[in-house]
Amino acid sequence: MRSLRIICPNGHLGFAPLRVESFRLGVAAHPDCIAADSGSDDVGPVPLGTDTSTSPLAWQTHDLQAMLLASRELGVPMIIGSAGDTGANSRVDLYVRIIKELAEKHRLSRFRLGYFYSEVDREQIRRRMRRGETVPGLEGHATLDEAELDATERIVAMAGVHPFIDLLARSADVIIGGRSSDSCVFAAPAIHHGFPEAQAYYLGKVLECASFCAEPYGGKETVLGEITNDAVEVTAIHPAQRCTVASVSGHAMYERSNPYFEHVAGGTLDMSECRYEQRSERTTRVTGARFRRSSEFRVKLEGSGRIGERYVGLVGIRDPYTIAHVDEVIGWARDKVRERFGDTGYDLYYTVYGRDGIMGELEPMRDRPAHELCILVQGVAPTSEMAEEVCMIGTRQMFYARLPDVKGSAGSVAFALDEVLRASPAYRWTINHTLRCDDPLELFPTHMTSAGI
Amino acid sequence: MTKTRTRTRKLSDLAKTVRSKNAGVDLITFDIIFRERSTYEHVKRARVITRESICALYRLPPERLADFVEFDPGNAIKFTIYRRRPSGSPGDPDIFGAQQYAPLLDIEVPDEQ
Repeated sequence: MRSLRIICPNGHLGFAPLRVESFRLGVAAHPDCIAADSGSDDVGPVPLGTDTSTSPLAWQTHDLQAMLLASRELGVPMIIGSAGDTGANSRVDLYVRIIKELAEKHRLSRFRLGYFYSEVDREQIRRRMRRGETVPGLEGHATLDEAELDATERIVAMAGVHPFIDLLARSADVIIGGRSSDSCVFAAPAIHHGFPEAQAYYLGKVLECASFCAEPYGGKETVLGEITNDAVEVTAIHPAQRCTVASVSGHAMYERSNPYFEHVAGGTLDMSECRYEQRSERTTRVTGARFRRSSEFRVKLEGSGRIGERYVGLVGIRDPYTIAHVDEVIGWARDKVRERFGDTGYDLYYTVYGRDGIMGELEPMRDRPAHELCILVQGVAPTSEMAEEVCMIGTRQMFYARLPDVKGSAGSVAFALDEVLRASPAYRWTINHTLRCDDPLELFPTHMTSAGI
Repeated sequence: MTKTRTRTRKLSDLAKTVRSKNAGVDLITFDIIFRERSTYEHVKRARVITRESICALYRLPPERLADFVEFDPGNAIKFTIYRRRPSGSPGDPDIFGAQQYAPLLDIEVPDEQ
C-alpha cells in the first residue's frame, strides 16, 4: 500500500454533531478509513465519576449513524476511540449497542464489530502498590497513595494504538474503543498497514480534532489525512476551509503544554523538526516527524472521586456599597452555615461574576468590580438534604447580611429565583498518574462480535 | 531634540489568535499566534511577553508557570500554567480553561523606531 487516506468528521464525537455537508464530500473522496475520537477529560470529572455521558444520546447516534453507513457503503473500517466522552466500560457497551441497533435498523449486511475496554480495577492497582510498585503522578499530582485510591470511584487507562491494531488484525470492520489517546485512533490503522510510526502518530495528531487544523476557524467539519512512508498531507474538505502551513503547524500546540512533543502509551512523537509546505490551496504537507519508543511501557490513568451531593444558588447585587463589601456579605452567609453545621463536613463555594468569577486569583482587575454582580453559590455535602440546606443558608443569608452603612435595609441581594437547584454531584480528578505495563494489551481486553443481518 | 514617546499597540491588534485551553486536567495552556513572521519576531524582540511578564500579569509565583516556548514553526508564543485545583473540581469556574486569556489582549507592544 503506497498511501492510506483517513477522514475525520468530528473531534470529540457527540459533544456537538458533525457537519453533514463536508462529511458527504469527504466520503465521496473514497477514504480508506473513517475515524473519530469521542472523548475528552475537558468535560471534568463528573461524567467519569457518575458513569454517564455529557453528550446527548441523539447526537452520539447521529454521528455514529453517519459514519457507520458511509463505512459500510465504502467497505472501509470505522474506528471510534474514547466512546461516550469517558471511555468507561458502560460507554463502550452503549456505543456497541447503538452500532448493533443501527445495523439492524438499516438492514446492513453482517460485519465484524470489535471493541475493547479501558477501565482498571482499583484493587488491581492496590495490589501492585502493596507489592512496592510506585504509581507516579503527572503534572503536579503526588505519587498515588491508598487514601487517594480509596477516594476514587472509577479509573480508566489511556490506550495507545495496541488494542486497535489487535482488532484490525482480526479483521474488525467497526471498532469501538474505550479510553484512548486521540491520535492513536488514526495512527493505529496506519501502523497496521505498515507505515512508519513517526508519520502515523503525526497523522493522528493532526486529524484528532477534525477541522481545528484548518482555517478559517470552524469546528466539526471533515478533514482528510493521507500518509505515505515519508510524509503526511492534510486537506480541508469544507469548501470554505483550507489547511495552511499556519493552521496545521498551529494545531500542533493546541491543548498541549509543549508544541513539540506528544506522549502516548509506548513512546513520544517529536515534532521539533517538522517541516510544513503548502501543496495546494487546501492541502499542507508535513515531513520530518520522529517517534521515539520509550524504554518502559507506561500507561496514563484517569480517576474520578466523589466529594458529595451538590446544590447551586444564584444572587445578584446592584448597590455599589454592597458590591464594595461583597466579601463581608459572603462572610455573613458563611457564618450562618457554620452556626448550623460547624466548620467541616461540607463545602461552600462562592463565584463572584463581575469581579473575578472566571479567573479568580488570576484576575488582574479583581479590585475593580462591575456595577452589578452575580454570585453563584455551590453547596456540597455528603447527603442531598444537607447539600440543599448548606446551599440554601449560604444563598438566602446573603439577603440578611448586616453592613454598617448600607442604605437599603430591605435586602442586601436580588433573587431571580428564590430557590436552590440540584446540580450534578461534585467530583474531583483524583488520579492523573501512570502505570507500568509488561504487555501493551494487559489493561485493554479486546472482544469481537458481529452486527447486521 | 524633541523627545518623542514610543508608540505602542495592543497585542489584540497584532495577534491573529490569543486563546487558552486545558492541557490535561492540571494545566491550562495559552497560545498567542501571529499571522506574519515579521510581527511575531517584532513581539519577541520587544520582550513584553516573557516568563517574568506573564507571572507579573497573572500574579503567579514562578513555579506555577509550567512551560514557556517561543514556537517558531507556528509564529507563536506559548506558555502553560498549573491550575490551582484540577479542572471541574467544585468551585472551578472554567472547566475548559477557555476564558483565561483575556488579560493578554491588552499587553502594550512598543513599535520599533
